Amino acid sequence: MTEVKNTEAIIEIGNLRKSFGNLEVLKDVSLKLFNGENLVVLGKSGSGKSVLIKCIVRLLSPNEGTIKVLGKDVKKLDRNDLAEIRQKIGFLFQSGALYDSMDVKQNLEFPLIRIRKKLTQKQRNEKIEEVLENVGLLDAINKMPSELSGGMRKRISLARTLIIDPMIMLYDEPTTGLDPVTSDEISLLINDVKKKYKTSSLIITHDIECARATADRLIMLHDGAVYKEGKIDEFEKSTDTLIKSFFK
Amino acid sequence: MRRIKPVIKVIPVIRSATINLSEKTIDKTIKASSFLEEVANFILFILRTFKETFSRKFEFREFFRQCFQIGYKSLPLISITGAIMGLVLTIQSRPILVTFGAVTLLPSMVAISLIREIGPVITALICAGKIGSGIGAELGSMKVTEQIDAMEVSSTNPMRFLVVTRVLATTLMLPLLVLYADAWGILGSWIAINIKGDVSFVLFSSQAFGYLKFIDFLPAVVKTFFFGAVIGLVGSYKGYTAGRGTESVGIAANSAVVLASLLVIIVDMIAVQITDMLI
Ligand SMILES: Nc1ncnc2c1ncn2[C@@H]1O[C@H](COP(=O)(O)OP(=O)(O)O)[C@@H](O)[C@H]1O
Ligand SMILES: [Mg+2]
Repeated sequence: MTEVKNTEAIIEIGNLRKSFGNLEVLKDVSLKLFNGENLVVLGKSGSGKSVLIKCIVRLLSPNEGTIKVLGKDVKKLDRNDLAEIRQKIGFLFQSGALYDSMDVKQNLEFPLIRIRKKLTQKQRNEKIEEVLENVGLLDAINKMPSELSGGMRKRISLARTLIIDPMIMLYDEPTTGLDPVTSDEISLLINDVKKKYKTSSLIITHDIECARATADRLIMLHDGAVYKEGKIDEFEKSTDTLIKSFFK
Repeated sequence: MRRIKPVIKVIPVIRSATINLSEKTIDKTIKASSFLEEVANFILFILRTFKETFSRKFEFREFFRQCFQIGYKSLPLISITGAIMGLVLTIQSRPILVTFGAVTLLPSMVAISLIREIGPVITALICAGKIGSGIGAELGSMKVTEQIDAMEVSSTNPMRFLVVTRVLATTLMLPLLVLYADAWGILGSWIAINIKGDVSFVLFSSQAFGYLKFIDFLPAVVKTFFFGAVIGLVGSYKGYTAGRGTESVGIAANSAVVLASLLVIIVDMIAVQITDMLI
């Protein structure tokens, strides 16, 4: 795996602009994710947070600006290099995105079969058990996604992203739609992942409790641009009305 | 995901035009251009599916799963409609043949119309409803819940995994389903004839197949491959390009059925014209 120094930016976004037709979602966003940190990106619904992280893995192409992941410009990668970068990134989708037609085991096997091609069936099973244990859901292995609760779905999808040992984690609203207790459990899990897997994480959220629990540093998006950047207590103490409306 | 770029960009040109166009004209032009855009996108989608079909990696497991889903699971529905088609067709045709004193031709007339036209078209329309809407809804909900995105970041080409397998499965399964429906239709016809008389199945089938030539058969089978491809492509296209809210799943399923049925009829018309010219 690529060695990265502590001060180096894992993800570096510069002057990103993205619009859909006449709707300009991101006007000018620049940010850096450093090695080993949890960076929380705050913003209200519809402020383009999901669009931002989808641009990082090139599920969407930006209109302007640069995105560098591990020093490589995502826009200029060819198919193979893009696949290689994507394999280092774990993407936890807002809706969980578990495959409905497959049970939990098949869901977890899916990326494993396609990305870690050399593993034997036995090694695969061990890996599946390991990640399920890490998210505390070993007994759900034969369930279908439709039988799982919201919190369990999030955990299983987290397990599915962890199974390929990502260097970078992108969390899209990991706690949205969950009750406060489950949200706290997910926040703890995010911190666990950081410790166990030594990941650098970008956490997109509008849930302040989750931000408090996980953030090393925060960035707030507003009106398609970075509104404020800083540590959590700088945000808590801020007198700005917009920031205050978040930190009630 | 790479989005398919719309080809026609008329709207901005019109909006900034200095000529004074009436509201109605602008409205009509926008409608026409979005229709053409849709057609262009669909053609690009077909070309991409075609390209991905002949790429090196083929998803065999998903393909067989789809064949099972699409073929095997449609059998009960197809059996019932097939048998009723034969039954009804026979009962309805009998009086006119009695008038002409040609009742002995009834089995072969039914067999010919079933195999040449009614079997393929009715089966294809039923499948457009069942399979087309199924694919549209399934892919649509996968799109809305980001499952297609998740596949893409797991080093899997969703066009290849989801679309190619489904289109190939419908293309191969539909001809089989049609033949199966034809068989039930013939059986239904025999039952209908036996309601008013007593004809053994051996005599019935020698009458039914006596006038049937290979040339009746071939074009009918060939066109069912196209029907299958149309159903798979339209269902996949509508699902794959579904919008972003949950309501777009319903829209995708619904418009898949409408468009697939329409295209089946149009393809049938073209097929009949071509057959007519060649024979
Ligand atoms: N693929 C897309 N096509 C068109 N509009 C989109 C697309 N994705 C997002 N948008 C629009 O971009 C805006 C921001 O969306 P999103 O990033 O999902 O917000 P959030 O910050 O809640 O995650 C919304 O207005 C949404 O309608
Ligand atoms: Mg979002």
